[in-house]
Amino acid sequence: MESTIIKSIGYNAYFGTNHVVKNVNMEIARNKAIAVMGPSGCGKTTFLRGINRMHELIPDATANGQILLDGEDVLEMHPIFVRLKIGMVFQRPNPFPNLSIYDNVIAGYLLNGIKLPKAEKDIIVEKSLTKVALWNEVKDSLVKKGSFLSGGQQQRLCIARAVAMEPEVLLFDEPTSALDPISTSTVEELFHELKRNYTLIIVTHNMQQAARVSDLTAFFYMGELVEYDDTKVMFTNPKDSRTQNYITGRFS
Amino acid sequence: MSTLIKYRIGKSFAFKGLIILLSVACVVPLLFILVYIIQAGITKINWHFLTNLPKPVGEAGGGVLNALLGSVIIITVASLIAIPFGIFCGIYLSENKNTKLAYWCRLCVDVLQGVPSIVIGLIAYLWFVKPVGSFSALSGSIALAIMMLPIIIRSTEETLLLLPNSLREAAFALGMPFHRVILKVIVPCGISGILSGVMLSVARITGETAPLLFTAFGNNFLEFNITKPMQSLPLLIFNYATSPYNEWHDLAWGASCILLIWVLLLNIFTKLITRKWKVQL
Repeated sequence: MESTIIKSIGYNAYFGTNHVVKNVNMEIARNKAIAVMGPSGCGKTTFLRGINRMHELIPDATANGQILLDGEDVLEMHPIFVRLKIGMVFQRPNPFPNLSIYDNVIAGYLLNGIKLPKAEKDIIVEKSLTKVALWNEVKDSLVKKGSFLSGGQQQRLCIARAVAMEPEVLLFDEPTSALDPISTSTVEELFHELKRNYTLIIVTHNMQQAARVSDLTAFFYMGELVEYDDTKVMFTNPKDSRTQNYITGRFS
Repeated sequence: MSTLIKYRIGKSFAFKGLIILLSVACVVPLLFILVYIIQAGITKINWHFLTNLPKPVGEAGGGVLNALLGSVIIITVASLIAIPFGIFCGIYLSENKNTKLAYWCRLCVDVLQGVPSIVIGLIAYLWFVKPVGSFSALSGSIALAIMMLPIIIRSTEETLLLLPNSLREAAFALGMPFHRVILKVIVPCGISGILSGVMLSVARITGETAPLLFTAFGNNFLEFNITKPMQSLPLLIFNYATSPYNEWHDLAWGASCILLIWVLLLNIFTKLITRKWKVQL
C-alpha cells in the first residue's frame, strides 16, 4: 500500500491578477519520482515553487487552496518549517560563492545558526556528498570555494546541500537545463538513487528526461493539471488529446 | 572611392587622437595639484609637526596635532553614525525595489547628494548647535554623516542589486529566515562593494570644510571631548591659509599635504579591499 506524502487540493496560484495555476488536485506517493512537464508558461514551475512556499517570495504572488504534507497544510505552516522539510534544487546551480565546498554542504545548518560538533558535520558532509556521487571528486578540495567546481559538479553540490537537511521531499526545477549532456546523465542517474530515501518532484521541459527518470508524470497545460498517471501509460496511451498532442510534438 | 576611404581613415585617426589628447588634459591639473602640494607641504612634515600644537604667531615651529586628532575623531564618529544607517537603508532599497517608501527614499538620497555641503552645515547648526547652545565636534560629525549617507546607500544598493536572485532563493529554500539570508548570504557576498562605498564616503568627507565651519568650529588646543569645539585639518587649512602670517601658511601647506596623503591612502586601500574580498560569483 503506497502512502501519500503530498496532496494538493484545489490549489491556485496567482501573479497579481494573473491566474497561473488553476485548481490543481494531485496526490504524490512517498519515495516516487514524479515528473512535471508541459510547455513554457504552463504553471509547472509555479506549482513546484508553491509546494515549498517559494512562490510567495515574488512580489504580488498569492496562492490559495491546500497542499497537505503528511496531512498538514503547508499554506498554514510557517514557510521556514516547510522549507526545512521540502528541499529544493534550482535551474541554475547556485552554490554560495562565499563558502567552501564543505560549508556549502552544511550551509543549511551553518547559516541557520545550528551548532553541530565537528565530527557530526564531517559525517553529514561525507554522507551527503556520497549520496550525490561527488565525494570522490571533491574529497581533497573541500576547503575550496563552491564556485571552483564545474557546472555539473556545482549542481550536485546543490543537491547535496538540500539532501544534508534530511528533507522528506526534494523539488527540482529543471535541474539539468543549464548542464551539458554528460552532467545531465550523471544527475539523472542520481534520481534513481535518491528516490529510495526521498520523494522527488522534477519539473522538466524535456520529455525524454521525464520518461527516463520518473515513475509518474503530470502534464500541465495553461495552468491546469491535464493528466497525471503512470509514466509508461502517459507516454504510450495518454487519455487527453492535449497530452497526446504535446507528446507527439505538435506543440511545445 | 579610395580617397573617400582614406578620408574616413583619417577622420577615425583624428578622433582617436582627440580622445587621447583630452584624457591627458584631464590628468594634467590633477598632477599639477599633487606635485605642487607635495612640493610645498612635504618639507613641512616631520615628527615635530605631527606631535605638537600650533604655536602663537611669532614663535617658530608648531604642529597640527590638534587638527589631526580632531579630524580622526570627527570622521570616526561620523562613520559610526552613517555606516549602520547607510547600509541598512541600502539593503532595504535593494530588497524592496518597488515600494512607495523605496521610491521616496531613493528620491531623497538623490537630492541629498546634490545639497551643497554648506547647507548641510547650516542644518546641523540649526538642529544641534543652536538648541544645545555650543559648537561641538559631535554636531560636525552629524553634518558629515549626512554627507556620507547618499554615497553609502547608493553603493550598497547597487552592489546588492548585482547579486543574482538565485542566491537569495538558495538561502530561502534552505529554510533561512529573512535576517539570516541578508546577514549571512547577501551582505557577505557583497561585502567588497559595500566596504568600498564606505571608504569612498570617508575619503569624500575628509576634506569637507563648509559643514564644519559652524559646527565643529575649530579649536587651537587639544580637545578630546566631542561635545566641545574641535579643530580639524580642513578647518585649520581654511583659517591659517587666509591669515597674514607665514608660519601659519607653512602649517596650512603641511596640513594640505597630510590630507592629500590621507585621501590617496584611502583610495588605494579601497582598491585593495575590493580586489581581496571580491566574491567570485
